[in-house]
Amino acid sequence: MSKLKIEDLAKIRDEARHKMALRQGAGRVRINVHMGTCGIAAGARGILTAVMKEIETRQLHDVIVTNSGCAGLCSQEPMMTVEVLGEPAPVKYVYLTAEKVRMVIESHVLNGKVAKELALAVGSEKTH
Amino acid sequence: MVYRTYLMVCAGTGCVANQSMKIKDKLEAEIHRRGLQDEVAVVTTGCNGFCAVGPLMVVQPDGIFYQLLKETDIPYIVEEHLVKGRPVKELLYTPPKEKVPIPKMSDIPFFADQTLIVLRNRGLINPENIDECIARGGYEALGKVLTSMTPEEVIEEIKASGLRGRGGGGFPTGIKWETCKKVPSDIHYVICNADEGDPGAFMDRSTIESDPHAVIEGMLIGAYAIGSSEGYVYIRNEYPIALDRLQTALQQARGYGLLGTNILDKNFDFDIKIARGAGAFVCGESTALMASIEGRPGEPRAKYVHTVERGLWDKPTCLNNVETWANVPQIILKGAKWFTSIGTGDVTNDPWGGSKGTKVFSLSGKVNNTGLIEVPMGISLRKIIFDIGGGIKDGRKFKAVQTGGPSGGFIPESLLDLPVDYEELTKVGSMMGSGGMVVADEDNCMVDMAKYFLSFTQTESCGKCVPCREGTKRMLDILEKITVGEGTEDDLVLLEELSNAVVESSLCALGGSAPNPVLTTLKYFREEYEAHVRDKRCPGHSCRKLITYKIDPQVCVEKGHGCHVCAKNCPDRAIIGETKQVHTIDVAKCGKCGVCYDVCKFDAISVE
Repeated sequence: MSKLKIEDLAKIRDEARHKMALRQGAGRVRINVHMGTCGIAAGARGILTAVMKEIETRQLHDVIVTNSGCAGLCSQEPMMTVEVLGEPAPVKYVYLTAEKVRMVIESHVLNGKVAKELALAVGSEKTH
Repeated sequence: MVYRTYLMVCAGTGCVANQSMKIKDKLEAEIHRRGLQDEVAVVTTGCNGFCAVGPLMVVQPDGIFYQLLKETDIPYIVEEHLVKGRPVKELLYTPPKEKVPIPKMSDIPFFADQTLIVLRNRGLINPENIDECIARGGYEALGKVLTSMTPEEVIEEIKASGLRGRGGGGFPTGIKWETCKKVPSDIHYVICNADEGDPGAFMDRSTIESDPHAVIEGMLIGAYAIGSSEGYVYIRNEYPIALDRLQTALQQARGYGLLGTNILDKNFDFDIKIARGAGAFVCGESTALMASIEGRPGEPRAKYVHTVERGLWDKPTCLNNVETWANVPQIILKGAKWFTSIGTGDVTNDPWGGSKGTKVFSLSGKVNNTGLIEVPMGISLRKIIFDIGGGIKDGRKFKAVQTGGPSGGFIPESLLDLPVDYEELTKVGSMMGSGGMVVADEDNCMVDMAKYFLSFTQTESCGKCVPCREGTKRMLDILEKITVGEGTEDDLVLLEELSNAVVESSLCALGGSAPNPVLTTLKYFREEYEAHVRDKRCPGHSCRKLITYKIDPQVCVEKGHGCHVCAKNCPDRAIIGETKQVHTIDVAKCGKCGVCYDVCKFDAISVE
């Protein structure tokens, strides 16, 4: 450890920003990878790894990743849902591969454009 | 390394005592076994506050709260939640008497109604890693102070914030700092009082276990304002984990040059030594504490000259409680105006005009949600006990709440809408104290509770002054007499007279407040004292010599069919009866332990 100067305090804060935001569940974008048995069998773990890799290489500090159980549409797994703060509804992407994950992140997460050709639908199911 | 999930495992003393470190080890092992070690990180944090349901853990960023964990639960949680994304319903928090669990921590009423300032980092950082603390804004206030504020400006800001001593005295902190600074001397000391002697109180312990740097930073800012370069933390020896975390924190702060000489390159020197208490309640009193640090016996002195003028080694000393220090960095960062927006009253012209900011309470006793809470000043006692505290356990009825530790008074139901405020609590005979809050229900005897707290303060009396040494002892004798059925009307008169005398003439606040439980119970629950004295009866069913257990013969035979369970469990073998026949209790042999009352499944046994 070496003696800190005031600028060093700010640096440490910035470097840990993503980690701290994650711990509070805060993020601009939330990517939920569906991992029910169907998802896992179809390769959802690979999708999760691809998402994590994108986040790491692109230094995406405002993205949080969660996983959930089966979304119901088992035939189109692997699936992931992307929610962006400020956008009206979450978007479900289906039949994913590592390459498609990259496309979604570039188009939707970074540039705000829903990757229409890869999406199933916009919105969520109604729950009572 | 970027993780997708953080498992924040609580490592406060309560959870550690319930094997939370073993749970953490098991989590790491399972995560490795499943190959998730590059995605999921396990972090041990300080106390989350909801001690009633520990060991606990929070999964972030999901915000899912798991409670009452055992080592055997871990493989299932890892498989279901971390691999398959399905939170485990049986291990989520379910409010008492309800069936549907509340998965998210932010939705649980215990947490939702709290406002965290002092405890803002709890459950979010590993307190043994200074980088995590800095990441959450630690030492940013110190940087601001050293670059852009003069010591006088710092003092003005603290004065304007209305911060008052959280150790219980409620003295305006800004004024204390200002007075201390003005005393001409070559040395000024700052001290952190972490003795926390109140039984059942653990606010300071938790703060140090969860975020020791908040306290260190507060002391640094205070030292800069006052002109001090030497500080002490007086911490009771009975807090091993807190002591350990504090020592680690001090070491890491020194490593970064945040303590020592030329801090942050701004020509400011300050360092902190640790002094440990040796088990005396009275050493939480400021003059006794300083005597203890000096190596003298822990006895208070008369305060004609205050410690801010002549304190530790006769030098001007500023002593503040852990919680007071921990508030300082946030006030500097967010401003005095922000702090005054929380709480009661108006402190613009009168520093005692209101209670600003938040207060940390340790809620215990007969409530469902016992634990550590931080709430804005001005919140009602009712909201604390029934919303955050989840109401009285087992559906019993509320009787009284004691605030302020053993020196505090009891507050009855009629005053439950009282706002938490220094003056309001003192007006009704109690006090804010350091933040202990014990809830009593209909099965508590108020005389017995007053006796319990008085016996604590009596034992801890240092013996220096007659009123406290002799007075509390005689008060206790009278209470003993009353609880065994030998009290008289004259005893009640004498008890009240003695109590007032001890309050008025004791040398320090120990004696000055020890009679509070007695005085408030006499005021609000006089009928219980009268029942003990006139009818030789204990309405709270606690005082052994005054209660009788009886078996209802009809219920025993018709419902219980003489099941004999009570007799089997009676340690005094005082229950006579054959199986399938009526049972009776031999009052001469009965030791009034109440086991039969607890084990009878047919409610055939009553206590009077």
